[in-house]
Amino acid sequence: MIYDHVLIRYGELALKGKNQKFFINKLRSNVQKALSDFPNLSIKGKRDHMYILLNGQDYEEIIERCKDIFGIQSFSLAIKVENDEEKIKEAVLEAILLEEGKTFKITAKRPNKNFPIPSQQMNQVLGGHILRNTEGWTVNVHNPDVEIRVEIRHDATYITSKKIPGKGGLPVGSTGKSLLLLSGGIDSPVAGYLTMKRGVQLEAIHFHSPPFTSDRARQKVEDLAQTLTKFGGEIKLHLIPFTDIQQKIFQNAPENYGMTIMRRVMLRISEQVARQREILSITTGESLGQVASQTMESMHAINEVTNYPIIRPLVAMDKVDIINISKQINTYDISIRPYEDCCTIFVPKAPKTRPRREKVNQFEAPIDFTDEIEKAINDMETVTFKSSKQNQGDIYDELF
Amino acid sequence: MIYLDNSATTKPHIEVLKTYQTVASEYFANPSSIHRLGGEVEKLINKAKEQVASILKVKSSEVFFTSGGTESNNLAIKGIAYRYQNRGKHIITTQIEHPSVLEVCKFLEANGFKVTYLPVNEHGEISLQDLEKALTNETILVTIMHVNNEIGTVQPISDIADMLIQYPKTFFHIDHVQGFGKLPLPYDHKGIDSVTISGHKIHGLKGTGCLIKKESVSLAPLFHGGQQEQGNRPGTENVAGAVSLAKAARLAKESQTNYDQLYRYQANLREVLEQYDQVTINSPKHGAAHILNFSVKGFKPEVLIHAFMDEGIVVSTKSACSSKQNEPSHVLLACGIDQSDASSAVRVSMNLDQKAEDIESFLQTFNNIIRQYENVMG
Ligand SMILES: Cc1ncc(COP(=O)(O)O)c(C=O)c1O
Repeated sequence: MIYDHVLIRYGELALKGKNQKFFINKLRSNVQKALSDFPNLSIKGKRDHMYILLNGQDYEEIIERCKDIFGIQSFSLAIKVENDEEKIKEAVLEAILLEEGKTFKITAKRPNKNFPIPSQQMNQVLGGHILRNTEGWTVNVHNPDVEIRVEIRHDATYITSKKIPGKGGLPVGSTGKSLLLLSGGIDSPVAGYLTMKRGVQLEAIHFHSPPFTSDRARQKVEDLAQTLTKFGGEIKLHLIPFTDIQQKIFQNAPENYGMTIMRRVMLRISEQVARQREILSITTGESLGQVASQTMESMHAINEVTNYPIIRPLVAMDKVDIINISKQINTYDISIRPYEDCCTIFVPKAPKTRPRREKVNQFEAPIDFTDEIEKAINDMETVTFKSSKQNQGDIYDELF
Repeated sequence: MIYLDNSATTKPHIEVLKTYQTVASEYFANPSSIHRLGGEVEKLINKAKEQVASILKVKSSEVFFTSGGTESNNLAIKGIAYRYQNRGKHIITTQIEHPSVLEVCKFLEANGFKVTYLPVNEHGEISLQDLEKALTNETILVTIMHVNNEIGTVQPISDIADMLIQYPKTFFHIDHVQGFGKLPLPYDHKGIDSVTISGHKIHGLKGTGCLIKKESVSLAPLFHGGQQEQGNRPGTENVAGAVSLAKAARLAKESQTNYDQLYRYQANLREVLEQYDQVTINSPKHGAAHILNFSVKGFKPEVLIHAFMDEGIVVSTKSACSSKQNEPSHVLLACGIDQSDASSAVRVSMNLDQKAEDIESFLQTFNNIIRQYENVMG
């Protein structure tokens, strides 16, 4: 007998009172999707924990994937046995034989008080059993190489060793949807990731201006969306043709207000797309004080055009921390590819760092974007990305 | 034909050839070009990196495609030596490395570096104590092969890596050419900084390979030029080669489970060969399964090789890279094997699809050859 289960522990989830069942079901379905290419598994969600029955499946890849699923506080490989002293002894012995080290500790817990032996006594019984049947192992309760946990629950006893930390957060999809403004930069994918961590399912919107922006820039955004699916399952990417609008701004607005106006139009379009798709908020990668468009004044001037909530997870973060996260989630190398997106073309030499609402409104008033906005939304193209393991049938697959 | 010279090179897998052909003919654009065709090709090379990285459990930004084992070893060793020479100029290697490591070390020695060549015991293994004694404040690099190409000795790489964690100034490079797809290596170990893999030893194509280089280390490039491979290996990418390598690596990994049967073949070979008085087995008992090296007293190795070839069986002497010289093997000499045995070694090297019948035929033929010529040679 080797490990036959993965035992998943909930974090905040466990506290969610009335909605608990909903959250657990969501997590269960996310786990199921993330592991859908392993047909042998069965996944059971209980009130206080979830477990994946391996049914003979190798656990290495499963462990890797569980590390990326939001809503999992920690997890462990586990052996499940009946609530029977002899069976538990046998399993504990098997578990230690899989470990490397010299010292161990048994931590028994007994949520099921019907089990006749108290935890303290169980520790001694099991520790003694290991000492009698192995060579070279000794007990160390303060700083053991290996800790074997024995949880005697109502349905069964679970024996686990290493506790592997999960990503925490809430299961994606449990707190609603948001529309992420995805540029090709470093910030917006990180913003998307952090939003997903709070249980939000993402759709993404990207503005492109061919031929001023290239196929490579579009590819970059598609690759970013694909990378983010690892954490949140399917992501729909809406591509908005933005060339006409950018040209109109360039021709009609004072150069130093061009950027502010452009952002306002982007936000108007985003709000409309969100409304059409019944999405209740917009997420951006804005942080305070980084570049011209991210000053307090700029935020104030741009935000005027929508009353949809704008989620800005990076607003209080330092650039180095944002970069660190983007490296951890593998978006950094994509983001630094050197292709221009629509925010970096037509950039005025001296953009207004402190734009004022009255001024923007005054400059914007004579320019009528109605038709262009309608056309851009009509011509919107939507590409759906599924988590990479599910993207079978890729034209390249047979080459690999 | 029964091909038993797989440590010299392997027959390319048909799937690998197909991949090469499709990519070379249809995805020929330059991945650095900014048009869509370039984008598609760049995607291919990135995917090839991801695939190699996921097999090795490293990051895809740590995979660098090269022209093979020799280049990867050169890039890692010279790259580290020249990049970090201000920290110290001492390098440690072993006496039984492949020429693509040994000759690089000799070159560096001629250019102001100090090199320690660790001795090996009769099994070809280095000792950790020797290594520890050789480490100094000046040591910037330890380069040690995983599996020896002539006799199959497996060095205690994990133990070395564990030890080198305590020497943060010293990088650790591994020539993994004969080990990849056969024996496990803890690629993600913190003590390991770079790893060489060659395509043509795993049923890939000649001129393909890669260097795994962790983020912990930076290199002085061998070539100067464009920004390809993060500037570590400039030159327009051999995309078809890279994708074919990714495929060869996947196929190799998938057939790794067959490796266990090679232990049985090797045991069979040993058992039968040891019965001949003339035969000395040179490979260590607990070495890799796919390589068996032995000497036959009274037989010049080339005579054996030719006699086998006439019967449709391909085996070889020493390593392909040095078999043209009529000198004893430096590997066997380092293991303390006498001059005459060290000059007359024959190597059988198997692949993962080898059949039990191949081994039987080899042994039968060996018997015939010995009986036929022993009087003449003896
Ligand atoms: C151990 C070892 N290292 C390096 C090499 C060189 O590899 P390549 O032929 O790909 O240059 C070989 C093969 O000849 C080898 O056996």
